[in-house]
Amino acid sequence: MPGPNIIATELAGADTAATAVIDAPLGLGKTTRQAAFNFVAGLAILFALWWLGIELLARSSSTAYFASFGPLPALRAMGGMWRSGQIQSAVWSSGWRLATGLLIAIAVGAPIGVLIGRVRIFRELSNAPFQLLRMISPLSWEPIAVIVFIGWDSAIIFLITIAAVWPVIFSTAAGLAKVDPNWFKVARNLGASRWQILTQIIVRAITFDVLTGLRLALGVAWIVLVPAEFFGVTSGLGYSIENARESINYDQLMAMVLVVGAIGYLLDGCIVQLIRRYGWQRHS
Amino acid sequence: MAKRGVRIRIQGLTHRYSARSALTFERVEVEAQAGEALAIIGRSGCGKSTLLHIVAGLLRPTHGSVRLDDTLVEGPSPRWVMMFQAPHLFPWMQVAQNVGIGLRFAHRPKDEIRRRVADAIRLVELQEFADANVQDLSGGQQQRVALARSLVMEPELLLLDEPFSALDAFTRAALQRDVRSIVKRLGINMVIVTHDIDEAVLMSERALIMAGRPGKIFHDIPIDLNGPRERQDPAVQDMRARLMKAFEEATRLQPGDSDDEAPVRTGAESRPGNIAKTVVATGNLGPTRA
Repeated sequence: MPGPNIIATELAGADTAATAVIDAPLGLGKTTRQAAFNFVAGLAILFALWWLGIELLARSSSTAYFASFGPLPALRAMGGMWRSGQIQSAVWSSGWRLATGLLIAIAVGAPIGVLIGRVRIFRELSNAPFQLLRMISPLSWEPIAVIVFIGWDSAIIFLITIAAVWPVIFSTAAGLAKVDPNWFKVARNLGASRWQILTQIIVRAITFDVLTGLRLALGVAWIVLVPAEFFGVTSGLGYSIENARESINYDQLMAMVLVVGAIGYLLDGCIVQLIRRYGWQRHS
Repeated sequence: MAKRGVRIRIQGLTHRYSARSALTFERVEVEAQAGEALAIIGRSGCGKSTLLHIVAGLLRPTHGSVRLDDTLVEGPSPRWVMMFQAPHLFPWMQVAQNVGIGLRFAHRPKDEIRRRVADAIRLVELQEFADANVQDLSGGQQQRVALARSLVMEPELLLLDEPFSALDAFTRAALQRDVRSIVKRLGINMVIVTHDIDEAVLMSERALIMAGRPGKIFHDIPIDLNGPRERQDPAVQDMRARLMKAFEEATRLQPGDSDDEAPVRTGAESRPGNIAKTVVATGNLGPTRA
């Protein structure tokens, strides 16, 4: 059973994790040229290992059918799927579900995070239930969501929301815990109204943590999205992967897997840029 | 920048933080003329910072009033601005943005903000750091930014709550000299709260010695020193010795303030409130006012 201070530990953990995840992919301290080289080299190594693995598998007659899982068939299939509009359509459907789920998670999670950060009794009362709910795998809600919601779309959006809401809650609370109360005193001393303190001090002070939470939320939501679309819907990235598997088009399956990875990477990169733009904490 | 100060009248000021807590200070009376610089000296816990917060309008007193000219202080105002012990700068902003935040709160036009911020930054000699992030500055430079942030509001009264106590000796000495010089040049009032008797001598024209729990003002000593004040000057040393003597006398009267449990005087003068009554009865600000 988590102890009473588990959320505080969680907040500290979120902060450390935030530092780690921000620093890791950016190669901070390196020159742009080095970073570009590392980007290309890293991807080249990944593709080389992928190609090598498939080549080795394809040499055996019992696993020869794995040949179509290789990078070259996947890239060829990707070109065809792009020209036919399959990729754009799948991305649009999944993107819409993802965006809706994330927006709901932010709309629900940010105020709850504010309550946890500011109201001690709420923090203490919510600790046990939130820790319990947080540990439930989002996909295990799927059967319940299908019963509760009329359409599969709504059920998938619910799953994304339930996956993404926890990082938003805890990061918002962590951000508020770090707001220096003296900033309010200084702002009042300089004639700030309550609205100005909220919009120009509090919101700006917690932006880094909220965006970090959003980044973590996006990662979890993206992971949940694809398996959630395997069943019930006839559009989206998950559906396309499942459809390719059923129709034994493994090159198309791998093409969609690549698309999932690439879009996830791009979305993450966008949030990292926002964090770099609005983040102000210095880490040694 | 403002060119004049303000007459300060603190009348019957008594404060306690809650109905159940002890009095922080009681019946404090202070008057100061426009352009005067006051230092409030006392040990931690005597209520001097609380007094300053009340003068700044950041706290409501339990009893009594603070008037600046004819205006009753009921809340913060750009006319009376406080500078705190730590700079408390907004770390996501550059120097110029920090300095101009009060003007932005006041919805001043952008051109005016730009001009006044540039003036204030020049005043504290941080021109080359105007676009720097405040996290890249030293402690002394950050405190200069906080000073500029206060001065840009063109206050009539600058309140300083031990603003240099966290700085190294060299930076502290430079800032003490610069702040006094700026305040004199602008002709505004200053009230500084400090533990440091040297600081009081170097920066102010009157020292109010506060002691006891609840705190009271025991002495109001003018610091009549002409010309630039240097720590090594005999006149400064004499004044320091005089303030120290007055401070020790005040703390001997108050057992709560004494480190060595000095003998407590018996009789009327040791009873809380009596000295403050003297202040009120004589219209003077302390028994030893010269």
